[in-house]
Amino acid sequence: MLVPNHSVRIRDLTLTYGAITVLRDLNLDIHDGEFLVLLGSSGCGKSTLLNCIAGLLEPTDGQIFIKGRNVTWLEPSERGIGMVFQSYALYPQMTVRGNLSFGLKNARMAQAEIEARVAKAARILQIEPLLDRKPAALSGGQRQRVAIGRALVRDVDVFLFDEPLSNLDAKLRADLRVEIKRLHQDLDNTMIYVTHDQVEAMTLADRIAIMRSGKVMQLGTPDEIYNRPQSKYVADFIGSPSMNFLDGHYERGTFRAEGFQIDMAGYQLGAPQVADRPAILGIRPEHVATGALVNAAPIKGEVTVDLVEPMGADTLVWAQVAGKPFRIRMDGQARVVRGDRLTIGIDPSKASMFDAKTEERL
Amino acid sequence: MADPASLNTLAALDPVHERTGSVGDMTGPRGRRPRRAFSRANIFLYGTLILVSVYYLLPLWVMVMTSLKGMPEIRMGNIFAPPMEVTFQPWVKAWAEACTGLNCEGLSRGFWNSVRILVPSVIVSIAVASVSGYALARWRFKGSETFFAILLIGAFIPYQVMLYPIVILLRELGLYGSLWGLVLVHTIFGMPINVLLFRNYFAAMPEELFKAARVDGAGFWRIFLQIMLPMSLPIFVVSMIIQVTGIWNDFLFGVVYTRPENYPMTVQLNNIVNSVQGVKEYNVNMAATLLTGLVPLIVYFASGKLFVRGIAAGAVKG
Ligand SMILES: Nc1ncnc2c1ncn2[C@@H]1O[C@H](COP(=O)(O)OP(=O)(O)OP(=O)(O)O)[C@@H](O)[C@H]1O
Ligand SMILES: [Mg+2]
Repeated sequence: MLVPNHSVRIRDLTLTYGAITVLRDLNLDIHDGEFLVLLGSSGCGKSTLLNCIAGLLEPTDGQIFIKGRNVTWLEPSERGIGMVFQSYALYPQMTVRGNLSFGLKNARMAQAEIEARVAKAARILQIEPLLDRKPAALSGGQRQRVAIGRALVRDVDVFLFDEPLSNLDAKLRADLRVEIKRLHQDLDNTMIYVTHDQVEAMTLADRIAIMRSGKVMQLGTPDEIYNRPQSKYVADFIGSPSMNFLDGHYERGTFRAEGFQIDMAGYQLGAPQVADRPAILGIRPEHVATGALVNAAPIKGEVTVDLVEPMGADTLVWAQVAGKPFRIRMDGQARVVRGDRLTIGIDPSKASMFDAKTEERL
Repeated sequence: MADPASLNTLAALDPVHERTGSVGDMTGPRGRRPRRAFSRANIFLYGTLILVSVYYLLPLWVMVMTSLKGMPEIRMGNIFAPPMEVTFQPWVKAWAEACTGLNCEGLSRGFWNSVRILVPSVIVSIAVASVSGYALARWRFKGSETFFAILLIGAFIPYQVMLYPIVILLRELGLYGSLWGLVLVHTIFGMPINVLLFRNYFAAMPEELFKAARVDGAGFWRIFLQIMLPMSLPIFVVSMIIQVTGIWNDFLFGVVYTRPENYPMTVQLNNIVNSVQGVKEYNVNMAATLLTGLVPLIVYFASGKLFVRGIAAGAVKG
């Protein structure tokens, strides 16, 4: 089974610990040179999947192909992968140089070649002055760079990252995020990247795989995931502040809820014919128009401000719609206080509608 | 009492003032809180410590003093009194001339036997235990949990139960009575506690380090030797202390599994102290006992320092 433009293929991967199924029948195709982000809540099996790809965990069932080669039974070092861990996992008693060359020495590479590769990786990652230090004498960001370097020197096809930035402070995380993105653009390797952080996922990914209890809920570009979430879970998971959900009924092109109704003309239904049924309407706080923009929105309404959370660049306003809290994201310059009446506008084409029972997109 | 400094101290001790200390009042508590040296807690703590120290040090005092006296002085009875005339003759005699029922070579022969038993036993048992602990912690194989459980149960079986079966085992192996037989016995009996120690230590090491090494293509031995070992000096020292003191102080296995010419120091000591010929030479007996206890003592003192250094080195997270 040789599929040249697929870098990593995962077929029916299942992993169980006794009675606990961590991954079930998972299928995933990752293109050559793609940056794939695995995103999901804690304990959904992201690290487990990554460890299976790396060969550090034995799957109970299923197959893994890397570059068209079945690697299911191969050792981690034979798979053409490099891995970067959350805790950096640098060998504490070796210098940075020792850390970088350890894998190459194990592969019995010639000394000159090792030196050339270490020098090259050190140059790319700008850690040349640190080569003779021990990891204990490095900052968190420097350690993570060395950890990336350890994968870099081995000249692998696939990079695996398991939350590489989550031990760093916010500023450093943003810096290294850009560096990783640049590294990917320069190297063109396939990268699989596990994270909790939505911003990391949205900014880095070519495609995002949203996982939930061992299954991939949706695989798509950040744009698809954000704008056309295929299930309520994905819609809720992506976006911060999270999406507003309104319970109601879908009836012949109209969404009806307690006290109001919205004409769904302009909403792109997933199927040509959608029967009437109980439904959930999802509207992102940032897609609620306020101020001068209201006039452009097809649907208008009025709400009372409950609570105001100023966040600098924008302001989050809490109100009540159909008896439930409703979040509205306004410009940071907007001056609103509790008790204000606010006219809002909604554009159905930017909303998402889900079946109330299956929670799948309509 | 008009001394302003003492007034400040009084103010500092006043709890109401402490809580209400008004703005602009610069006389309130400041810096380190004063602690009294003779608080009730301190008296109790140090009192207990001194009492316990005396309890343990007094016998040692008596032993050292007695070993430095001649027999006539001992017969005078003042066991706590320091010697009027210091003599090292009992030490020399205990080392080189004291008689057991069999020979008159003193402890020296036992000492060298003990060394010849100790060195290989410690090396072999620590080597076997560390590799087993590493394998159990990091390379879960089929039945590894069961194996570990059995090993732990082994720690609770009284030695006496196994004495005779091991005699048979050693006889079948052709090792009965030899030094290597005893080395084997010490290795086996050191396994449960030491494997447990090593397993727990290795299991507590970051798992990602181990994973990273596997991705880097290192196998079982390379990970052990190049990654794990350099990080585990403290546990090796702990294990070494346990093994050295345990094996040096062993009497039972020494007397059961070796022939008289291979008797370790403890057995030799017993034979000297309990020999029934002539008068009881208390000073020689005390000196002999002190000599026998010296090795574990030195190990404690020497490795204690290393031990602390090892722990400090490991504490720097990498
Ligand atoms: N050895 C094990 N035995 C039993 N269950 C395990 C074992 N290892 C992991 N699990 C379970 O597998 C599930 C997935 O774990 P995994 O580490 O892949 O989660 P994750 O998605 O990486 O989470 P996080 O974001 O917190 O790192 C968890 O529910 C965890 O409890
Ligand atoms: Mg994880």
